[in-house]
Amino acid sequence: MTVSLAVEVENLSYSYPPARRGADPRTALRGVSFSVRAGEIFGLLGPNGGGKTTLFKLLCTLLLPTSGRAKINSLDTRASANEIRRQLGVAFQSPSLDKKLSVEENVLHHGHLYGLRGNELKRRIQTVLERFRLQDRSKEIVETLSGGMCRRVELAKAMLHRPRVLLLDEPSTGLDPGARRDLWDHLKMLREAGDVTVLLTTHLMEEAAECDRLALLHLGQVVALGTPGELVSQIGGDVVTVRVGNPQPLAGEIRNRFGVTPAILDGSIRIECREGHKFIPQLVESFPGQIQSISMGKPTLEDVFIQRTGHRIDE
Amino acid sequence: MGYVLAVTTLWRREIVRFLRQRNRIVGALGTPLVFWLLIGSGLGSSFRSSGFPGGERYLEYSFPGTLALILLFTSIFSTISIIEDRQTGFLQSVLVAPVRRSAITLGKVLGSSSLALVQALIFLTLAPTVGIGLTPGKVVLLCGILFLIAFELSAIGYFIAWKMDSTQGFHAIMNLFLMPMWLLSGSFFPASGAPAWLRWLVHANPLTYGIAAVRRALYLGHVQSAPDLPPFGLCLTVTALFAALAFAAATLVASQPAR
Repeated sequence: MTVSLAVEVENLSYSYPPARRGADPRTALRGVSFSVRAGEIFGLLGPNGGGKTTLFKLLCTLLLPTSGRAKINSLDTRASANEIRRQLGVAFQSPSLDKKLSVEENVLHHGHLYGLRGNELKRRIQTVLERFRLQDRSKEIVETLSGGMCRRVELAKAMLHRPRVLLLDEPSTGLDPGARRDLWDHLKMLREAGDVTVLLTTHLMEEAAECDRLALLHLGQVVALGTPGELVSQIGGDVVTVRVGNPQPLAGEIRNRFGVTPAILDGSIRIECREGHKFIPQLVESFPGQIQSISMGKPTLEDVFIQRTGHRIDE
Repeated sequence: MGYVLAVTTLWRREIVRFLRQRNRIVGALGTPLVFWLLIGSGLGSSFRSSGFPGGERYLEYSFPGTLALILLFTSIFSTISIIEDRQTGFLQSVLVAPVRRSAITLGKVLGSSSLALVQALIFLTLAPTVGIGLTPGKVVLLCGILFLIAFELSAIGYFIAWKMDSTQGFHAIMNLFLMPMWLLSGSFFPASGAPAWLRWLVHANPLTYGIAAVRRALYLGHVQSAPDLPPFGLCLTVTALFAALAFAAATLVASQPAR
């Protein structure tokens, strides 16, 4: 059986036009390729400035690619923007609400723009407001709401017209832990129901770990692609972190003695090794008195990102 | 069907937003009223000596121009909101909706022309105080003409505002371009006494024909009050054509892909 693809990105590049005459164009994406299967929750993980938001704008048809192509449900964003827009539900990272209107009015106008009306629209508004626990606030003017509340209205709006593909830019930003859990429960419910594909951007590890598959984005390129489990298992074994006063010389000595490649991050030495529990005693005995603290952990997505780029994700 | 729904909903949004911002109502209606009373009363005496057809007083002469000024202020201030819509992010959610750009433009332009029309009509009720009689026929005719002018000005405002990223920039353009357009439309002084180059500018200004149409409609049946105005038919044709042209330009600029 062939798996249908909801999103296909092929060798996609985008450069912003130069800010002033004579300046160089700013390249935000350099030949990005990946695809998202229908029904998947797919995450784009990367630091701010990594190209996530540009990729997001290309997918929701706000920008046209400089080269390469992007397709949503087999429709090219360059040729079929209007058909694509019909199938998309988009929640931007920056707010897109009219602050002078009430919650309900915002959602109502949104429904009209997607061709919904009358009782059907009323029913749907009722449903999404309840789902995001907004039913008591529906008459309130948006500018009086808290940031987290606005995010919920934003998400309610994106789902009102039951899109086939949901694009969410940093959906959890500004949500309190409870609302974040609600959002994820809902996304997983949509996944169970089967016909919605979710593509979201995030810089949060916990959120990325919840996705079915991930693309790690750094400096406009995909540096890793796979399920969170696959990505983490690419790092053999354990991650050992050593805190010392002066990491530089010690890292060199560790490299010479054990033949591993230590990295220095935030003043700590970070070593990937197969069997951490055997490595740690050897390490401590080799450098008595020099080590302030030492810890061992299973690799996380952060470690994958560090291994591929040499940077932490929130730098 | 979806097109009409989108236009209507965007139009309604403009109206609701306006009504929730009381200071906009005061500004758009109050400013021209104050201008009219101060300039009209102040310049009145000097104008009387130079002689107006039919002994018209300046307050009366500048009445149609003040109507146009109300249209200009309201239209422009509502289309400025496109810059605000972009900054607050509201616009991006409209741009990713399955709605034609002409519907987005039409919703905005219709919204601001409706607001402008209502305010102009409020001011119109003052016409009898300067000796301009109103009949139902005149009012209906004026509604049409004032709406056309408002539509034209809103579309021009939208065209200018679309690419701007700050309202300050818009005010600069407004003072440089739109205010002179109003000054040179026969609202403020008649073209007849002006130097040739200025007269030429007045004749080339599309707003001149709108104001002339308003003047003709206000004095419907009193031919003597409009000796050097262009004919009514020409006024309406030029105004309608220019409104269509401005709308086409506004839609075109909004249809270009983002930077």
